[in-house]
Amino acid sequence: MKYKSQAVAKPYFIAAIGLFLGQIVFGLIMGLQYVVGDFLFPAIPFNVARMVHTNLLIVWLLFGFMGAAYYLIPEESERELHSPKLALAMFWIFLVAGAATILSYLLVPYASLAKWTGNDLLATMGREFLEQPLPTKIGIVVVALAMLYNLSMTVLRGRKTAINLVMLVGLWGLAIFFLFSFYNPGNLVKDKYYWWWVVHLWVEGVWELIMGAMLAFVLIKVTGVDREVIEKWLYVIIAMALISGLIGTGHHYYWIGAPEYWQWWGSVFSALEPIPFFMMTVFAFNMVNRRRREHPNKAAVLWALGTGVMAFLGAGVWGFLHTLAPVNFYTHGSQITAAHGHMAFYGAYVMVVLTMISYTMPLMRGRAANGRVAQMVEMWSFWLMTVAMVFITLFLTAAGILQIWLQRVAAEPMSFMAAQEQVSLFYWMREVSGLIFLIGVLLYIGSFFIKGKSEAATT
Amino acid sequence: MWFFILAELLVFGVFFLAYAFARTRNVELFNASQLELDQLSGAINTVLLISSSYFVVRAVDQIRHGRSRSCTYWLLAAMTCGGAFLVLKLAEFGAKIEAGITMSTNTFFMFYLGLGFFHFMHVVLGMVILGAVTLKAWKGGYSAASYSGVETGAAYWHMVDLVWIILFPLIYVLH
Repeated sequence: MKYKSQAVAKPYFIAAIGLFLGQIVFGLIMGLQYVVGDFLFPAIPFNVARMVHTNLLIVWLLFGFMGAAYYLIPEESERELHSPKLALAMFWIFLVAGAATILSYLLVPYASLAKWTGNDLLATMGREFLEQPLPTKIGIVVVALAMLYNLSMTVLRGRKTAINLVMLVGLWGLAIFFLFSFYNPGNLVKDKYYWWWVVHLWVEGVWELIMGAMLAFVLIKVTGVDREVIEKWLYVIIAMALISGLIGTGHHYYWIGAPEYWQWWGSVFSALEPIPFFMMTVFAFNMVNRRRREHPNKAAVLWALGTGVMAFLGAGVWGFLHTLAPVNFYTHGSQITAAHGHMAFYGAYVMVVLTMISYTMPLMRGRAANGRVAQMVEMWSFWLMTVAMVFITLFLTAAGILQIWLQRVAAEPMSFMAAQEQVSLFYWMREVSGLIFLIGVLLYIGSFFIKGKSEAATT
Repeated sequence: MWFFILAELLVFGVFFLAYAFARTRNVELFNASQLELDQLSGAINTVLLISSSYFVVRAVDQIRHGRSRSCTYWLLAAMTCGGAFLVLKLAEFGAKIEAGITMSTNTFFMFYLGLGFFHFMHVVLGMVILGAVTLKAWKGGYSAASYSGVETGAAYWHMVDLVWIILFPLIYVLH
């Protein structure tokens, strides 16, 4: 760690990991509810478990991105963070607001929560992933703006590199596109447009910039390859991500009442979306092969390579699987979508945050890398989580294909619930894979507490 | 830049394939709608873009010999052709909109207007790039030893031209 203020990233990462564990627990609860419908009913109904599972994911990834930004930007800008105090204050505000929101989902009926939090003043609630009550949404904007102020001031007065500029543009984009969540038009088609402009332009737009910057940062550090080479890759990757991803939004317009030509434009552009992800894979492997140093933090290198591969598989391949309009006509909103969602979020965003944590945490704890045993446990957790996620994805894909056949293609189509009954075997197998994933998460957390001879701090 | 050009060609390539695919499924509609296009305007535009590509080649040739002033003039000539292309194209689009034709009229017009507009935006971007190169050349920013900026701008402009050379026969002419 070069600058003292980079240490503000630590609480962000700890909170991220804690919420990650919560997300997995709720994933397991709802995974079981798929097959045992009244499990934990009425305390935690399925819709609440789902909301908590997805919202925790978003919140912990945001904690991860913020922590990463607070670590990476001072180092790239070669100066202390503009205001470490502001960053810490925002951490506590975000944590308290996030925890209160999740608890309110669990303890209060959603309709009452809407009534108490001023949803009648400005209706923003009730949309998937954007369920947060108004005060939480405003809180997110305040925290994001304070962070952007803090980071922008740091970059403005410091060294400007491709990495910190791409990171900053990504974070600004994240904050700006979130503003669409405050507009909730009565027209259902318009409503969907604005909703996708948050959801899609985040995960298939600006988040890719954030991811690219984080990956490039860690690769420079662990491989020692020239900055010029890595920055060139970064530019090309983000250019491709934006070219394909922005008009690629059209793949969400197929069946929402938008003009028919979107079936062409959405199909063609989103068919290109795997390219930047494939390039990230090639990028990660290429840089590691050309490494000029053997970094003692082997676990971080493994996470970086894993991000490249899994992001391409989850976001690229599983996305392409159902992105063409004639295919999506059948697969739309089925378990295929869930399969893609799981592997894409894990492969791209979960893994890149864990890459960053893996690289920075030892440094913030005063060593270049953890000891051999701690790293070994961390690598075990990598393989357990990753392999479990591959199986979750495969089982959901199998469930999806069968579901589509029974419900939408067969000569005598079944009703939704009848089809669900038929695919329950795959849901059980998904649940078992989920348990293995949980073991992976627990091992991962455990790896932080393993003491042993660690590598001396060099940077 | 080469990567960017290849990516652009890939996008257009996929669209051309999609056009061919859509046409085979509805040949009569495509042929009937095609008759409503202004082939003369398309042909003039083709001549304009091919000429502009030639001018850009001359500009690169001039700067190779260190003649920045003459390079600037050739670039300006290319941009004039590009500008004329944009004006003609706008007139064409205007006429179609007046006739009540939109991207939702039928699949043929979806491709004609969509691809046409997409290419139009690329001509605009090409003009911006050529403009920046021209400005730098005017200020003497290139020399016989260092002219990769001119070559890069020229390469992009050729790509824009190349796409049109496929787009014009494909959408306007081929029956």
